[in-house]
Amino acid sequence: MALPYIEYEKNIIDEGLETGMKNLTQERIDKALAKVLDGETGAKLKAYVDTCVHCGLCSDACHMYLSTKRDPTLTPAGKVKRSLSVLLENRGNITPEIIKKVSIVASTECNLCKRCVHYCPFGIDIAYMMSVVRRICHLCGVTPLYIQDTAHSHAVTQNQMWVKEDEWIDTLQWQEEDAREEIPDCRIPLDKEGADFMYSVIGPEPKFLAQLLYQTAIIFNTAGLNWTMPSCPGWDNSDMAMFTGDSEIMGRNKRFHYEAAQRLKVKRIVMGECGHAFRSVWDMGNRWLGWGMPPVPMVHAIEFYYDLLKSGKIKVKEKYKKSVTLHDPCNTIRGMGLHEKARYVVNELCENFIEMHPNREHNYCCNAGGGVINCGPPFKKKRVATNRIKAQQIADTGAEILITPCHNCHSGMEDIIGDYGVGMHVKFINDIMYEVMEKPEIE
Amino acid sequence: MNSFNSIYNFVSGPLVWLAFIVFIGGSIYRIRNLIILVNKKERFIYTYMSLKYSLRSISHWIVPFATISWRTRPVMTITTFIFHAGLVIMPFFLSAHVIMFHNAWGFSWGSLPEGFTDAVTLIVIICCVIFLLRRVALRDVKFLTDASDYAVLLIAAAPFITGFLAYHNFGSYHFWIILHILSGEIMLVAIPFTKLRHMLYAVFTRAYIGSEFGKIRHARDW
Ligand code: HEM
Ligand code: SF4
Ligand code: SF4
Repeated sequence: MALPYIEYEKNIIDEGLETGMKNLTQERIDKALAKVLDGETGAKLKAYVDTCVHCGLCSDACHMYLSTKRDPTLTPAGKVKRSLSVLLENRGNITPEIIKKVSIVASTECNLCKRCVHYCPFGIDIAYMMSVVRRICHLCGVTPLYIQDTAHSHAVTQNQMWVKEDEWIDTLQWQEEDAREEIPDCRIPLDKEGADFMYSVIGPEPKFLAQLLYQTAIIFNTAGLNWTMPSCPGWDNSDMAMFTGDSEIMGRNKRFHYEAAQRLKVKRIVMGECGHAFRSVWDMGNRWLGWGMPPVPMVHAIEFYYDLLKSGKIKVKEKYKKSVTLHDPCNTIRGMGLHEKARYVVNELCENFIEMHPNREHNYCCNAGGGVINCGPPFKKKRVATNRIKAQQIADTGAEILITPCHNCHSGMEDIIGDYGVGMHVKFINDIMYEVMEKPEIE
Repeated sequence: MNSFNSIYNFVSGPLVWLAFIVFIGGSIYRIRNLIILVNKKERFIYTYMSLKYSLRSISHWIVPFATISWRTRPVMTITTFIFHAGLVIMPFFLSAHVIMFHNAWGFSWGSLPEGFTDAVTLIVIICCVIFLLRRVALRDVKFLTDASDYAVLLIAAAPFITGFLAYHNFGSYHFWIILHILSGEIMLVAIPFTKLRHMLYAVFTRAYIGSEFGKIRHARDW
């Protein structure tokens, strides 16, 4: 069944961008350009800009291009032409209006998913170039309203959702209490020094998805692991500052995260099923801080579940019956190669696993990542309209359940499934593992 | 005739030297600048680089249809592989070039039969026409194209077109052979200073991203 093409408004008004543009001075623009183009960037950017031969081979990589009857402005190189190239070629004459325009391209028309790396014969990293543009826009103060709000929250509270410290602790204790009805001695140990694992999550989990904390507590307790969660800032591994181009706040938050683990003297960090947070703690934030590798060993939930199942610490009572398909999130697949482990986990937990095509490193992006979903309601329709191909891809599997081990992807998938009427349910691995695992017998 | 000889001697003598000096000097200058930038600002690149993953990446991308990208656009793939092989390899084995080299330096190597190289020349020209048609006809490529892309294509095609016309004695051989030598020289000089510098950078960008994907991201990049 071919899904319909959705029309969308091209001229989107975003309060953050409008206000930022109005307040922007020429001096600030010139300073931002100098800081980024002459200062922070180097050979990588220069080589990419100088090497691109405008061949268009990268076009077929991008879900936005493929979803919009091949809109030529939405190819990877087309987005570079409409953003970075504009800044480079008109340097000296860049107006606030131009900054606003390139900010829309870089912040809302690219998910930084790096699928196009697989299509460019030179390996030009368009996502990197878009991040450079975002950095410039951040320094100009011209960023979309909703994502900027989350970046502010990171700056003030060290978490993404303005969660206050007492709310955080309260939520954990509430989930612990609920879990004790299922396993009477279930614990969510706070600030336990010397634990084997510190579990960290993203801000939206305590805010909207507390059942994931509950389920995770059951998993940790059933596996009999010595674990803990920090009660103070550092518990949130997410990072919207990374996506707005606010590298300073990104670095500060990653320091909080790793220092929480160091203070608790844990052996490793396990993070929940989030992709962008993984990118931040494993790729971007740590390296901004000058750490080649994380100072405390860190594993993503997919790896953690893989180890639990492989070692038999978690056993499956009865495999999940409904047919499932699996989405490969860019940040853990093109970012860390966890695709085979994810398949092992899904096959261990589920009876009937159907691959979507293309898959693994070649999978289409969810169009929510890279902070695009966090740009909020003004851009929602456009985001859905520019990812018809993903909706088609999952619809073609005919599966009942879509497993999506990433928070951003999860929300993005729910949006396209809803708007294209695909009729599928989205679940985390965590949901299914909790459902099918053997739990301790209660006498 | 005399004026032909003096022009011929000039373009095939001092100008060749000049072209090679500018090409080699310019290329070294370009690569040197990149390395200086890496040393100044992006030393992390050295910690990412891996010979194994560089070669893994390059070995996939130099084989037609070995990457998802080459498989997605087969016409472009066939065209570009023939074009680049014809462009980079054939000039060294063209009998007229080998003889010229022998006359100048006193040694030589095998050359390809003339009928074959003539056919390849024609095919390379056809490839350039396909590139041109893509730029005009495919909406995505058209959107990306600016004047310099046409210029670069012309610079790359010119030695083949003029060589072909000279070999087949269209009109005046003398006229075409001088244009042929000139266009070859222009191409060499253009490499470090236009988009043709992708020839210099390709191996580095590929090696870098191959390493980043292989060593850091544990993922394929093809
Ligand atoms: C030897 C190393 C070289 C490598 C690895 C290389 C690689 C590439 C690649 C990957 C492309 C992108 C699109 C495509 O596949 O057509 C390309 C395009 C192109 N190359 Fe090269 N190239 C090399 C040398 C050259 C040289 C020496 C020239 C001419 C002087 C040249 C002329 C061109 C042109 C004109 C295009 C653009 C085609 C179009 O209009 O779409 N290349 N090259
Ligand atoms: S969204 Fe992904 S495929 Fe499209 S341009 Fe951005 S990084 Fe490339
Ligand atoms: S495939 Fe690479 S070289 Fe070709 S247009 Fe895209 S980024 Fe440029």
